[in-house]
Amino acid sequence: MSRFNDSNVTLAKEIIGRFPRPKSAVIPLLHLAQEQDGYVTRDAMSHIAELVNVTTAEVYGTATFYEMFKFEPIGKYCVNVCTNIACQLVGGWELLEHAEEKLGIKAGSTTEDGLFTIEDVECIAACTEAPAIQVNYRYRYKVTAENLDQLIDDLRAGRLADEIPPHGTLARVRQRTTDTWANTGIEAQAKVDAR
Amino acid sequence: MSDNTTANYSLGGQVPTGPKILTSRWESADGHTYDGYVRTGGYTALRKALTTMSPAQVHDEVKASEMQGRGGAGFPAGTKWGFLPADVHPRYLVINGDESEPGTYKDRLLMEKDPHQLIEGIIIACYAFGAAQAFLYVRGEMALAQERLAQALNDAYANNLVGKRICGTDFSVDITLTWGAGAYIVGEETALIESLEGERGMPRLKPPFFPASKGLYMQPTIVNNVETLSNLPYIVNQGGTSFKDLGGATSSGMRIFAVSGHVNKPGVFEVPNGITTFRMLFEAPEYCGGVRSDRKVKAFIPGGASAMWFFDEHLDLPLDKPTVDQAGSMLGSGAIVVMDETTDMVKACWRVVRFFARESCGKCTPCREGTTWLERILHRILTGNGRREDLDLLFEVSESISPGLAWPPRQTTICPLGPSAVSPIASAVNRFRHEFEHYIEHGRAIAGVEYVPMHAGSSHGAHAHV
Repeated sequence: MSRFNDSNVTLAKEIIGRFPRPKSAVIPLLHLAQEQDGYVTRDAMSHIAELVNVTTAEVYGTATFYEMFKFEPIGKYCVNVCTNIACQLVGGWELLEHAEEKLGIKAGSTTEDGLFTIEDVECIAACTEAPAIQVNYRYRYKVTAENLDQLIDDLRAGRLADEIPPHGTLARVRQRTTDTWANTGIEAQAKVDAR
Repeated sequence: MSDNTTANYSLGGQVPTGPKILTSRWESADGHTYDGYVRTGGYTALRKALTTMSPAQVHDEVKASEMQGRGGAGFPAGTKWGFLPADVHPRYLVINGDESEPGTYKDRLLMEKDPHQLIEGIIIACYAFGAAQAFLYVRGEMALAQERLAQALNDAYANNLVGKRICGTDFSVDITLTWGAGAYIVGEETALIESLEGERGMPRLKPPFFPASKGLYMQPTIVNNVETLSNLPYIVNQGGTSFKDLGGATSSGMRIFAVSGHVNKPGVFEVPNGITTFRMLFEAPEYCGGVRSDRKVKAFIPGGASAMWFFDEHLDLPLDKPTVDQAGSMLGSGAIVVMDETTDMVKACWRVVRFFARESCGKCTPCREGTTWLERILHRILTGNGRREDLDLLFEVSESISPGLAWPPRQTTICPLGPSAVSPIASAVNRFRHEFEHYIEHGRAIAGVEYVPMHAGSSHGAHAHV
């Protein structure tokens, strides 16, 4: 299971077409796989390998370098609490501990109902809004224990479904390959490869 | 900012001001849309460049602007472009939007709030040095920036501002939007190129792999930061000299700094480059409005987690690259973190070192092993298990990563990540040695700092995931 579905195969081919060399599409395709299934399955990695003409081991080798790719199911909502210096100075750790207490799990693990994962993360570029967190990479600024509780209750009740898609979905707008796509880079690359 | 706000100001002289050239649309509700951008003068620079200037003229304006790259190293952008070998094609522009240096927070806002300004800058740069394809690499964790850029690119394509025969001229360029997946090291330009090629993001050795000659797919490649490119529309419209005149003698233009930590109003500010001082940023009412609870500054990081720390004697230095370099640190990526007198320096030092330990890519042994050891030693000091010999050991391990602990750092590694982990140690241990010794002797922080006990088992004291 969990190879790309038909519409994602079409999308994958479009993405591959935007790079001079197919292997460059590995990371975007891993994101696409994670969007489809919530995490990156072995089958998806094999499918990516076929699409870009490398071995599954190469795809796996690339995938495991990057922290955002998960290789087993995680929570529908991934709550990332920043504890790096700017957040630490104004209560990032205390916020992480509060989240752990509220959800009854430690950072790096998932609630039994499969709804929440907590991560203790590095700087997320919101330092002047510390302490900051992300839920599925959507920001919440100047987070207090109270509004973290509220956020978790809202997520559990499905009240933020419009704003925060399930884990795996990043941008909800995709770059389109249009008629004005010149492909000049690709043509020029082909000339170099032919030499 | 009016004279009224500066008149009562006790800094002895006015806080310098300048136009908003990068952040002018940040307050506007539709500044990120195509309509909002065009209504406020957007894409006029691109038309001007393509229809009235030769590529060499555009390059000359960028050289005249003397703009230092805004990604961290501060190398002059016009000079960097000049390193491309003549007549070797294809050549690429890679845009580094992988902002992850702790404390750094400006590229994300530029991408979220003014994506078209960046796109316009990208096309201008491609025109100037003859690239036919650009790769816009955004940090993986920045979902909104990715979404805004995708929309902006689709709109720019639809309006013939990217793609084939732009604005009816014979110039064509494509922009491929892509993003990473969580790895600080990919902000290093050769690691970013590896990542763009679908590989693990590990830096390449320079030489021979200087991107300008052997970059993406071993072709000539320019890697520019988001803020650097976002300045280009202004430079083309107003001229390089006018850009240069906005800043000081050795730091041109306006520049964005993010000030976080123990200040009353943390914020992201666009200030005249090279003349504004740290004290002005921290104390002026139009900026941070002072340190919280009127406390004193104990230390501050002037240019991201990799920088050596500064102290109260550095407050009156201008935010000027050569000045800060000479004082023994760097402005880096414009990330300033302020720590007041109640800060536990041992804990602050450990947290920054833990970052580097977690983010070491593992390619070079001194960094992979060294940063891990440094983190473990600091962690045991913090949890009350420090040993008398630990401070010497910290320096011994540091020496093996960055011999001499000099500034600028020397390195036994391919990239500067390892030596960066040494900066907080050299800064904090040298200046606040008594705090470390107190921890080792008594198992806790000195009196007068905010002390939260750390236990080996708590998340608060979690080891680096390495």
